[in-house]
Amino acid sequence: MMRAATLQIGQTLLVLLLAPALTGLVRKIKSRLQQRRGPSLLQPYRDLWKLVHKEAVVAENASWLFRVVPYLIFAATWTAASLVPSFATGLPFSTAADLLAIVALLGSARFFLALAGLDVGTSFGGIGSSREVMIASLAEPALIIVAFTLALIAGSTQLSVIAAFMTSGEVGLRVSLGLALVALVIVAIAENARIPVDNPATHLELTMVHEAMVLEYSGRHLAVIDAASSLKLLLYVSLIAAVFVPWGLATPESAPSQYAIGIAGYVAKVAVAGALLAVFETTIAKMRVFRVPEFLGASLMLALLGALLMFVTRSL
Amino acid sequence: MGALESSTGTALDVALLCIGGLLGTGVVAAVVARARYGPRTIYGACLATCAVLLAVSLSFLIDGAATESRHLPIGLPWIGMHFDLDLLAAMFLVIVNLGGVSASLYGIGADAEEREPTRVVPFFATFLGAMNLVVLASDAFTYLISWEFMSLSSWALVMAHHRDDDNRAAGYLYLVMASFGTLSLLLALGLFAGPSGGYAFAEMRALHLEPLRAGLVFALVLIGCGSKAGVVPLHAWLPLAHPAAPSHVSALMSGVMTKVAIYGLVRIVFDLLGPPPIWWSVVLLILGGVSALLGVLYALMEHDLKRLLAYHTIENIGIIVIGLGLALAFEAGSIGWAAALAFVAALFHVLNHSLFKSLLFYGAGAVYATTRERDMEHLGGLIHRMPVTAFAFLVGSVAISALPPLNGFVSEWLTFQAILVSPQLPAWGLKFLIPAVGAMLALSAALAAACFVKAYGATFLGRPRSSAAEGARETHSSVRIALLALVVLCVAAGILPGYVIDAIAQITDRFVGGRMPVQGAQAWLTIVPIDAARSSYNGLAVFLFTAFAASAAGFVIRRVATGAIRRAPAWDCGYVDSSSALQYTASSFAQPIRRVFGTWMFRARETVSMPRPGEIRAAHFAVVIRDLVWEWLYVPIERLVANVATRADRIQFLTIRQYLGLMFVTLIGLLSLLALTQ
Repeated sequence: MMRAATLQIGQTLLVLLLAPALTGLVRKIKSRLQQRRGPSLLQPYRDLWKLVHKEAVVAENASWLFRVVPYLIFAATWTAASLVPSFATGLPFSTAADLLAIVALLGSARFFLALAGLDVGTSFGGIGSSREVMIASLAEPALIIVAFTLALIAGSTQLSVIAAFMTSGEVGLRVSLGLALVALVIVAIAENARIPVDNPATHLELTMVHEAMVLEYSGRHLAVIDAASSLKLLLYVSLIAAVFVPWGLATPESAPSQYAIGIAGYVAKVAVAGALLAVFETTIAKMRVFRVPEFLGASLMLALLGALLMFVTRSL
Repeated sequence: MGALESSTGTALDVALLCIGGLLGTGVVAAVVARARYGPRTIYGACLATCAVLLAVSLSFLIDGAATESRHLPIGLPWIGMHFDLDLLAAMFLVIVNLGGVSASLYGIGADAEEREPTRVVPFFATFLGAMNLVVLASDAFTYLISWEFMSLSSWALVMAHHRDDDNRAAGYLYLVMASFGTLSLLLALGLFAGPSGGYAFAEMRALHLEPLRAGLVFALVLIGCGSKAGVVPLHAWLPLAHPAAPSHVSALMSGVMTKVAIYGLVRIVFDLLGPPPIWWSVVLLILGGVSALLGVLYALMEHDLKRLLAYHTIENIGIIVIGLGLALAFEAGSIGWAAALAFVAALFHVLNHSLFKSLLFYGAGAVYATTRERDMEHLGGLIHRMPVTAFAFLVGSVAISALPPLNGFVSEWLTFQAILVSPQLPAWGLKFLIPAVGAMLALSAALAAACFVKAYGATFLGRPRSSAAEGARETHSSVRIALLALVVLCVAAGILPGYVIDAIAQITDRFVGGRMPVQGAQAWLTIVPIDAARSSYNGLAVFLFTAFAASAAGFVIRRVATGAIRRAPAWDCGYVDSSSALQYTASSFAQPIRRVFGTWMFRARETVSMPRPGEIRAAHFAVVIRDLVWEWLYVPIERLVANVATRADRIQFLTIRQYLGLMFVTLIGLLSLLALTQ
C-alpha cells in the first residue's frame, strides 16, 4: 500500500517535471531540421522560472474568472495527466477516473480556457475561443469513440486494465486498433494545437487558435497555462504509449529494478514521440481553418468505423 | 400490486393533504393576489407545502418503504380516484418538489417585478399541485384529469404576459400540441384498458396485451408523453412556450414538467405494459439520439438566452430517452443488471437536469429582471455587476456541459458505460444503431460545452453591449438563496454520486428485473457500476485533487516568486479597441460551428452586402437559418388543415334546397350503413 502510494506520487511528480522537457525537445529537433541550432532543452524551464517572477499584467476589465482560470486549467490537466499510466500501472489513483473521465477532465480545462478567452472582450480572444470550441466539438467525440473501441477490446475503460490487456498478447493485430491509433493521433495533434491544425510558435497570424485565447495572459498566469499545455502534450504521448506500446510498464508488485526499467522506457518512448512529432510538423504545412473540420471529421469517421467493427464482431 | 389496496398510507395521506393544500392555495391566491403582500404570502405557502412534500417523499425513498395506496371517493361518483405512492413515484415527487421549493423562493424575490400577479400566482400553485397529482395518480381517469390540469395551468402561465404577440403565438401552439398529446394519451389508455375497461393501474398491469395492441399503446404513449417532454419531432412548441412564461415558471416547465412527462412514459412502458419487444428500444434510441443532437444544434444557432436553455432541454430529454431505450433493449435481451445500469443512468439524468436547468433558468430570469433583455447580443460583462448570479450560472453551465466533477458528467458517464455493455445484446440491428447513438451522444456533449461557452461568454463575460447591461444590478436575496442552494445540490450530486445511485437503484428491481451493485459500500466513495476491473469513477477524489492542485499551484507561486499584479488596458495584439461592438458576439462565436454543422442541417446561409466605394449606405450582413423539421412536418400539416377548412367552408353558403338535399343524402347513407351492418 505504501509502495503503491509512493509510486503514485512519483508518477504525479514525474509527469509534472518531465512535461516542459518534451516541449523543449520538440522545439530543439524542429530547429535542427530547419538548419537552426535551437534553444537548449532546458529553455522551457527557464521560461517558466522567468514568467513566475514577473508581475502579472491584467486587463482593466478582467474579472475574477480570468485570474482563477489558469490554476483551474493547470489543476484539471495535471489531474488527468497523473491518471494516465506513464511508467507504472495499477496505481491507486487510477481507480478515480477511467479513460472517459480523463477525456472529460480535459474538456473541463478547455471549457475554462475558452471562457477566459472571452473574458476581456477583445476580438482576438473571441476568435481563439470560437475556433477552439469548433475544433473540440469534433475532436472530443472522436476521442470518446476511440475510448469505446479500446474499452470493447480490453473489456474495460480503466486505463491500467487496458494497458495490462495490451501487453498480454491476447490482442494481436486488429483493424479496429489501427483505425483507433490513426484517429487518436489526429485528435492529439488537434488538441495540442500543433501544425497542421494550429501553430504553437506564431503570434502574428490570424489563423492562430490557442495563442489567441491566451493573448491577454502574462506573468505567472501565462506560466501556469504554458505548464498546462506541456502537460497536455505529455498526457497524449503517455496515453498513446500506454495503449499502443505498453511494454516495460511496472506495477506496484514488481521489483525496484523494474521501476528503473519502466522510467527509462517511458523517457525513451516520450523522446521518440517528440522526435516523430517534430519531423511531422516540419514536413507539413498549416491548414486553413475551415479545412480543419474535414481533417477532424476524418478522424471521427475512422474512430466510428473502428468502434462499429468492435460492436459487430469481437475479433476484428 | 392490487393487493395493497388496504395498506395504511401515512406518507401518501400527508402527500395528498399537501396537494389539496396547493390546489386550495391556488383558489385563495385568485382572491389575495392583488394585495400588497399577497403574492409573497402565496409563494411562502407554496414553499412550505412543497418542503413538506419533499421531506415526506425523500424519507419514503431513502427508507425504501413499501407501496402505499389510497382510494378516495372524490371525482366521479361510484368510481372515485386511486392514488399510489411507490419508490418511482417518490423519486419523481422529490424532483417536482425540489423544483417547487426553489421556484417559490425565486417567486418571493421576483415578485416586485411582476406587473400582473393575478395572472401568475393562482396558476403557479395549481400547476405545482397538478404535477404532484400526475405522479401519484394510479388510474387512467385520475391520470388524465391531472395531466390536463397540469397542461392547462401551465398554458395559463405561458399566457401570463399575453400582450406580447410572440407569447400569444407560443400559447396557441402550446395549446394545440398539448391537446394533441392528451388525445394520444387518452386513446392509449383507452386502448390499453380495452372494452372491459378496468381503468385502475393495478388492473391494467395484470392485463397481457397481444403484441400489436401493446405496440399501438406504446406508440400513442410515446406521442403523448414525448410531445410534452419535447422529443424531436414533437418539440416545436417547447422552445417558444417555455421562455414565454415568467422565469420561475420556465424553470418549472423545463426542469420539472418535462420530467413528469418522462414519468408517464416510464410508468406506462416499464411498469404497466408487459415485457417489451426489441423494436420499442430501437424507436426510443433513434428518437433520443436525434433529439440530443438536434436540440444542441438548435441551441447553438440561438441567441435568445431563455430560448437557448429551452433547446437544451430537448437535448437533455434526448439523453434521458437514450438511457431509457438502452434499458428497454437490455430488458428485452434479458440482461437485467445492464438494464438496471441504463435505467439508473436515465433517472439520474432526470434528477440532474431538473437541478441545473432550474438553476440556469433562474439565472436567466435574474438577468432578464434587471436588464429586460433576453437577447445575448445586447448583454455582456454581467460578471462584474451580478457576481453571485454569474457564479451560480457558471456552475450550472459546467454541470449541463457534462464536465467533471459536477453531476451532469456522472449520469452521462453511466449512460456511456451502458452503451459499452451493449455488444452483449443478441439483436443485430442494435449492433449498428447503438454505436451511432453513442457517437451522437458524444457529439452532443461536446457541442453542449461549446454552446455554454457561447452563452456564458456572451452574457456574463466581455464588455457590456448595451446600457441596460451596463446598469445591471445583483438580484434579490431570496433568488440568490435559490441559486446557491441549487449550486450546492449540483456539486453534491457530482462528488457524492454513490448515494444518489443507491437511492435510485432500489427502484430498478421491479421495473427492469435487475439491480446495480450497492455503491455506498465501495471504498473511498468510488462508484463502480459493473465491477472494479471494468470501470470506476470517484468524483470526490477528482474534485479534491483538482482543488488541491489549483490552490497549491497558486500558493507556491505567490510564495516562491511573486504575487504582484498590475492593471493595464487590454493588449489585444496592440490594436486599440474602442467600442464594445468590436468584441465577439454570440452569433459570431457560433459561426465556425454554424458553417460546419449548420450548412446542411439548417441550410444556414450568410449574405453580405458591402457598399461600393463612395456609396453612402450601411453594409449589411444577414444569416438565414431554416428549421427543416418545421418546414417538412408542421407546415404541410398546417397547409392540409387550412385546405380542408377552406373546402369545408363552402358548406356554410348553400341554399335551403341544397341543405335539404345534403341531409337527405346523409340519411340515406346512414340507413344503408345500418342495413349493411345488421
